[in-house]
Amino acid sequence: MESQFNSSTIVATSPDSLKAPKKRREVHYGDRLFAGSLKASALGLVVVLGAIAFFLGNRAWPAFQKFGMSFVSSQAWDPVQELFGALPVVYGTLVSSFLAILIATPLSIGIALFLTEMAPRRVSQVVGFLVEMLAAIPSVVYGLWGIFVLAPWLRTSVEPLLGQVLGFLPLFQGPPYGVGMLAAGIILAIMILPTVSSLSREVFKSIPQAQREAAIALGATRWEVMRLAVLKGAKSGIVGAVILGLGRALGETMAVTMVIGNRHEISLSLFAPASTMASIIANEYNEASSDIHMASLVGIGFLLFMVTFSINSIARLLLMRGGKN
Amino acid sequence: MRRRFSDTAFRGYGRRKLVNFVMCCLLSLAALGAIIPLFSVFGYVLSQGMPALNLSFFTELPKPVGESGGGMAHSLLGTCVLVFLGSIFGIPWGIATGMYLSEYGRGRLGGAVRFSADLLGSIPSIILGLFVYTLVVVTMKRFSAVAGGLALGLIMVPTVARSTEELLKLVPSHIREAGLALGLPRWKVSLRIVLKGIRGPITTGLMLAIARAAGETAPLLFTAFNNRFWSFELDQPISSLPVQIYTFAISPYEEWHRQAWAGAFLLVSVVFSLNLFTRVVFRQLRKD
Repeated sequence: MESQFNSSTIVATSPDSLKAPKKRREVHYGDRLFAGSLKASALGLVVVLGAIAFFLGNRAWPAFQKFGMSFVSSQAWDPVQELFGALPVVYGTLVSSFLAILIATPLSIGIALFLTEMAPRRVSQVVGFLVEMLAAIPSVVYGLWGIFVLAPWLRTSVEPLLGQVLGFLPLFQGPPYGVGMLAAGIILAIMILPTVSSLSREVFKSIPQAQREAAIALGATRWEVMRLAVLKGAKSGIVGAVILGLGRALGETMAVTMVIGNRHEISLSLFAPASTMASIIANEYNEASSDIHMASLVGIGFLLFMVTFSINSIARLLLMRGGKN
Repeated sequence: MRRRFSDTAFRGYGRRKLVNFVMCCLLSLAALGAIIPLFSVFGYVLSQGMPALNLSFFTELPKPVGESGGGMAHSLLGTCVLVFLGSIFGIPWGIATGMYLSEYGRGRLGGAVRFSADLLGSIPSIILGLFVYTLVVVTMKRFSAVAGGLALGLIMVPTVARSTEELLKLVPSHIREAGLALGLPRWKVSLRIVLKGIRGPITTGLMLAIARAAGETAPLLFTAFNNRFWSFELDQPISSLPVQIYTFAISPYEEWHRQAWAGAFLLVSVVFSLNLFTRVVFRQLRKD
C-alpha cells in the first residue's frame, strides 16, 4: 500500500506511460525481484536442455573417442573384450517404432474421425475419455500386461498363424517366442495411440465448419465430406501428430524392455527377440563393469536424446504451422 | 477441388453409398479396436490384482523366495518419499515458470521457454534419469533417494508449468487491473490475487503431474535404484512401487508375480481416480 500511485504500477498497466519522464519513475524492488526470479526459473528450463546434452555428451566422450564411427556401424557388444557398437539397438529402435506407427496411424486417424465427424456428442465424450485413459496407465503396468497376457497370446495363436499364412516372407519366419519385436511394436502402438488420436482430433476440430457444409451442399456423402473437406486440410497436422507419436515410441522404455526379449542381434524376423536403445540402457546400467561399458550406454542415451530432440522439434513446428492454416 | 467434386458426383450413386458405408464401418471399428486393449489391461489388472491385494501388502516387507505372503510396504513408503522430494523440487519451479509464461511471456523469450518446456516434456524419461545419474549419482558415488526425487521433479516441471500457464490465462485481466488500480505492486497482484484466485484448479493440475510421476519407472532405475528393506535415509537407495513391480514381474517366481499384479492394481486405481477427479473439476471450471 505504501506505493500508492507510484509510476511503476502504472507502467505495468499501460505501456504508453513508458514515455513519461524518467525522473518520476520509482523502482519497485519487490517487483523487480519477483519478475527476475520468475524469469530465472523459466530460463532454467532452457538451461536444463543444454545441460542434458552437455553432461551426457561429456560422459559418453570416451566411447565416441575410442570407437569413432564404428560406434554406430558395428554390431559388436562384447563387455569382455570391451567392444561396443550400437547398430543392433538402433535397428531395434527404428523397426519397433516403425511397426508401432504402422499399426497406430490408421487406427488413430480412424478414431479421431469417428469422434469428431460421426459419433453423437455423448458417445464421443465417453469414447474420447476412454482412449485418453490409455495414456494414463503407467508404462510398467503395460509391461506387466505384455509379459503375462500379450506375449503368451502372440506365442500360442497370432505368431503360428502369421507363420502359416505369410511364412514365405522372412519377416514372419522362425520359432514363435512371444516376446520379441512384434510384441514390442504392438505394445508401443497401444501406448502412442492416445497421443496421435487426440492430436489429430484437435487438428480436425480446427477445420472450419463452413468447409464441411460446402461439401454437404454439393451432395457429398459422409465419407466424401471427411475425405475432401476434413482430411485434405489436415494433412500437415496429421503428419505432426504421427511424428510426435514416433518421438514417444522411440524413447519408451519399461514396457518395451519387458516384452522385447533383450538380445543384441539384428534379425529380420519380427518374432525374434531384439533390443532398443532405451531397453539396453535400462537392462545393463547395473552390469556395466568397466568405464567404457558405461560410457557406451550413456553414448546410446546421448544419441537417443539427439534423435528425440530433433524429431519433437520438427513435429511441433509442423503442428504449429498446421494450426495457423 | 471443384473438378474433383464433379468427378465423384458423376460416378454411380450406389457405389458411392457403398464406399461411404464401408468406410463408416471401418472408422467405428477403429474406435472399438482402441478400447479393447484398455479393457483387456484394466480387466487383467482387476482380476489378477484385486485378489492378491490384502492387508499384509500394505504392512509387510517382501518375503524371501519360497515363502508366500509378504507385501510392498517399503516400496509404498519409498514412492511417497520420492514423489514428495520431486514435488518440493518440481512444483515451485514449474509454477514459477508457468507464471512467467502467462504474466510476462508474450515476447520471443516466452516463445522459446514454451518450446523448451514442450521439448523437455517429450524427452524420454529414461534420458532424464541418465542425466541425473551423470550429475548426482556419479558425483555422490551412490544411488540415493535425493537423486530419484530430482529425476521425478524434472519430469514434473514441464507439465506443471504448462498447466499453470493455461489456468492463469483463464483469470480475466480486469482482476489484475483492479489490483493494480488499488496501488498494489505487481508481485502482490500476481501472488495474492491471481494465483490465489485459481489455486483450486492449479492444485488439481499438480495432482495430475504427481500421478504421472508416481507411475514412472525408467528414471528411478539408476537414480533411486531399489532396496529390499526399509530406508529412511535420503542419501541411500530407496525402493519404489513401479521399480518393485518391474523387479517382481521379470522374476521367475509365481508368488512375486501375484505381488506385482497387486502393486499394478494399486498404481492403476490411484492414477485413474486422480484422472477422473481432475476431469470433473476441469469440467466444472469450464461451465463457470
